[in-house]
Amino acid sequence: MSDFNKNSLSEIAKLIKSKKVSSLEVTNHYIKNIKNGKKLNSFITTCFDEAIKKAKEFDNKKDFNGLLPGIPMAIKDLFCTKDVKTTAGSKILENFIPTYESSVTHNLWSEGAILLGKLNCDEFAMGSSNETSFFGNVINPLGKDLVPGGSSGGSASALAANLTPATIGTDTGGSIRQPASFTGTVGLKPTYGLCSRWGIVAFASSLDQAGPMTKNVEDCALMLEAISGYDKKDSTSINKKKENYSKNLNQKINGLKIGIPKEYRVTDMPQEIENIWKKGIDILKKSGAKIVDISLPHTKYALPTYYIVAPAEASSNLARYDGVKYGYRSKKGKNLVEMYENTRGEGFGDEVKRRVLIGTYVLSSGYYDAYYLKAQKVRRLIKNDFDETFKNIDAILTPSTPSSAFKIGEKTNDPISMYLNDIFTVPVNLAGIPAISIPAGLDNKGNPLGLQLISKALDEQKILNIAYAMEKSIAFKQSLSRWWE
Amino acid sequence: MSIDKNQVKKVAKLSRISLEDSKLESLSKDLASILNFVEQLNKLDTKKIEPLSSIVDKTLEPRTDKINDGKIKKDILKNSPDKNEDFFIVPKVVE
Repeated sequence: MSDFNKNSLSEIAKLIKSKKVSSLEVTNHYIKNIKNGKKLNSFITTCFDEAIKKAKEFDNKKDFNGLLPGIPMAIKDLFCTKDVKTTAGSKILENFIPTYESSVTHNLWSEGAILLGKLNCDEFAMGSSNETSFFGNVINPLGKDLVPGGSSGGSASALAANLTPATIGTDTGGSIRQPASFTGTVGLKPTYGLCSRWGIVAFASSLDQAGPMTKNVEDCALMLEAISGYDKKDSTSINKKKENYSKNLNQKINGLKIGIPKEYRVTDMPQEIENIWKKGIDILKKSGAKIVDISLPHTKYALPTYYIVAPAEASSNLARYDGVKYGYRSKKGKNLVEMYENTRGEGFGDEVKRRVLIGTYVLSSGYYDAYYLKAQKVRRLIKNDFDETFKNIDAILTPSTPSSAFKIGEKTNDPISMYLNDIFTVPVNLAGIPAISIPAGLDNKGNPLGLQLISKALDEQKILNIAYAMEKSIAFKQSLSRWWE
Repeated sequence: MSIDKNQVKKVAKLSRISLEDSKLESLSKDLASILNFVEQLNKLDTKKIEPLSSIVDKTLEPRTDKINDGKIKKDILKNSPDKNEDFFIVPKVVE
């Protein structure tokens, strides 16, 4: 059997399209890798029989014009998939089998992709290390004792270990970009409204966005092209023409103005992060971009704002898990209210409970103005910072995370230290703008570090092109020993 | 900001989440540390700032009041933990 571990998604798509290899060969290759990759715990559900059936059907087609011809692919278990269990990493949805398909995954299958399985994630996407999943920790392929990041930790781990050629995650405060950074892969959070949220298990609706996670920038453009687009079923979906991100991908960044925000130089930032940032700046200069010092004065308020807005929205979104219409129901309780309380008490994990409680508190009578309204006002200040700065520059370069992947259990006892992981990723979600993380080098332990490029709303092509140019100069290579096999 | 066990119990009641008594202590500590953290926002003067509730600059589009799917009773009931042919079944509500 052929080995596709060294091939990118774009290469595999070309191979299948030109009939040099069959979808079945590729599908079997990934099924073998998944079976050998159980130690990573990146999968919650696999659908091999159905995938093989679909691959054979694909191979019998005469011609095919989709972007993802017969490409087998695993996706985060936060996307509802018709007739395939969708858990959101939670006990409360342990046996939930959607009767409908999310719009984003529907787009993937329309472009020819085939579902391999559902990937582990933090419970309801609440976490930065994939340690809050009811289905257990996910392991980072870079080391047995390392977290893959979160919440799209299963997606990042499976991608880095070649258990899927590309994948999609969701990003509410960094859940695509932080795990991408921790695993040496590429992750993009699109503009809020570019990809439909319909059929995605909701966490914080004003922040959630689906986006691609891939091995390189070219694949990222291809995946974004496949999943984006207007959807009338999502009231916040942006109604605009679909863009050809992959066709328009180029490395011409000469003359672009790139901002370096001084507020991202946080206290106690490790020298290695500073170094990788400098390396990125040098590469951009050499490619002809102009480097501009900028200020985003409200940056330090982004994380506290996020930890009011996101839990508030979560507490309201998660009210639907009541043990009546779907999901787990407790057998304990004398009446309806006790049934609700026990169902949610037994069905939710600790981090989800913490956030629902915080959210309920900040929305409760007497505290609403002091917390929630205050946070909404500061959110405007954060957005204004970006609006102002993007009048003069094309994109912003920052580190993706304040550290490389940390050890399992290292931050589980202190919620705030865990939250601080998202310090560089959260502002973008609050402002609704896009950002991409690309691998930029290794720290002294040999673990990857990412750089983040941010643009104004709907300027994905620009950050993809800058990332594409930087990727070429960085020439990041990751060769893993496949110790898990 | 400190938050005591009784306040945690009250918020848990509002959230319809049962909590074991043994967890109240550590939860009140966690919630207090999160609230302390978010209270940094009080350093900012926001008197003249309008709150931002949606970043999508559009008003909701009206649609015609027309049924666009339906006859999916089976689908809707399919995932319920307790149901009969037509209804979700819940513990008795009215005495």
